[in-house]
Amino acid sequence: MKQGIFTLETNEGLTESVYKMTLRGDTSAITAPGQFVNIKLNGLYLRRPISVCDADCERLTLIYKVVGKGTEKMSAMRGGEKLELLTGLGNGYDVSKSGDAPLLVGGGVGIPPLYMLCKRLREQGKAVSVILGFNSKSEVFYENEFAALGARVIVTTVDGSYGLRGFVTDALESAGAYSYSYACGPEPMLKALYTASAANGQFSFEERMGCGFGACMGCTCKTLYGNKRICKDGPVLEKGEIIW
Amino acid sequence: MVDTRVELSGIRLDNPIIPASGTFGFGSEFAELYDLNLLGSISIKGTTAQERFGNPTPRIAECTGGMLNSVGLQNPGVKAVCEHELPELEKVFKKPVIANISGFSIDEYVQCARAMDAMPQVGIIEVNVSCPNVHGGGMSFGVTSEGAAEVTRAVKEVTGKPVYIKLSPNVTDIASIASACENAGADGLSLINTLLAMRIDLKTRKPVLANKMGGLSGPAVFPVALRMVYQVYEAVKIPIIGMGGVGCAEEVIEMMLAGASAVQVGAANLVDPFACKTIIEALPQTMEKYGIQSLKEIIGGAH
Repeated sequence: MKQGIFTLETNEGLTESVYKMTLRGDTSAITAPGQFVNIKLNGLYLRRPISVCDADCERLTLIYKVVGKGTEKMSAMRGGEKLELLTGLGNGYDVSKSGDAPLLVGGGVGIPPLYMLCKRLREQGKAVSVILGFNSKSEVFYENEFAALGARVIVTTVDGSYGLRGFVTDALESAGAYSYSYACGPEPMLKALYTASAANGQFSFEERMGCGFGACMGCTCKTLYGNKRICKDGPVLEKGEIIW
Repeated sequence: MVDTRVELSGIRLDNPIIPASGTFGFGSEFAELYDLNLLGSISIKGTTAQERFGNPTPRIAECTGGMLNSVGLQNPGVKAVCEHELPELEKVFKKPVIANISGFSIDEYVQCARAMDAMPQVGIIEVNVSCPNVHGGGMSFGVTSEGAAEVTRAVKEVTGKPVYIKLSPNVTDIASIASACENAGADGLSLINTLLAMRIDLKTRKPVLANKMGGLSGPAVFPVALRMVYQVYEAVKIPIIGMGGVGCAEEVIEMMLAGASAVQVGAANLVDPFACKTIIEALPQTMEKYGIQSLKEIIGGAH
């Protein structure tokens, strides 16, 4: 974990409520895809944890959905503004377990951390398939970005207005055979995938957090390997340890 | 050179700053960030006789100027704390620690106190009779003078270490409970624990916390905590560790003027992991600014 001041470079809407923010600063604490940052915002007591969509040695991309006061403040920020971040939080995904043909499954704002994961897996020459789930066509984002990494991308919408009609689990058959699964999204999606997919995998979870770095025990869940703090021992859990 | 040293029941602290129980775990997360030995002491995560998972999540909510938690005393149990957590902490923190213990019966308090008594690195046993997040235990002892005194007597019987009782603000007269603890043999008092509070989610129309209610902490509670330290200082002769919403060196001094011999910093650690370090570094210049040569001399100075 590191604390650092970041300078906002861009902040643009991808859809009506989903925004993409790029920040410049010291990203050296970010060591794995699936980790998150915790953002200090003026006027709000608790920080806001946002998963890392992409990071290189000096730049950070965050994709977030406006759902409350914190993300509203974020969406109103302009280039040049400074943000104080805790970086390198959480365990992140373990890419070493992917096998040759991993499947990435994301729902809504669970999709962003899969982008950096997809990038890492493609760098290692893996044949990556991605299922991106949304409610409706107007909410779709990052389909082309994943495709540009060389992944096979399947989009599902619940109302059928774009891609395959249905949930991400309805696309599992069209995804073909896969060696391993990585997922991030709302808990009902993760649960459905857990049941529908036989492959091993890693799922990323969300919880209301106090500190974001393991001190307050605010976000603990039970696993087969004991109590785990979503912020520090997670947010990524092995499929085999999850207790619903 | 100003003098930041203070003393609690014969234990010398280099400065009055102590991370509060439940906001610092057993130190390891913070040891990655700075040298813990600059702290006055550390109050470890509240420990119970048995391992506890705590309450269901969500356990955290936010409010203007603070936060609510309903963690519910999650801890690995006193055996694991003594065999694993405390030895780990000893590797990175060489000063006496404050062992915060809690229980659901007198027996459990006694069991924890006995175990902590056997740990050389424990300087003070801080007895939590005030956790608002556990049903049927914890706070039920701390909301009456009789209950608080009963726990005090029982713990004092099994340890020679200084015993500090951590008091609840969720009472009508904190000074009378403080006096009852003093009369029962308490060596000192820690106050305040969190204030029982609530938030409701407008979308679900239900309480945000799964436990419905939780403890309020953060800057919002500072004036309440300060008032209670002030009141208790007038009622007792034993030392007070003041806490509640402290976030800067000025507030540390304010707390000491109200009557605190040392000051715990809680919620601030969660939003700024460097909070204690920053406060400690700011103390000397803040003391100079207000013409304070020695912190010891200002304790209770507002009375």
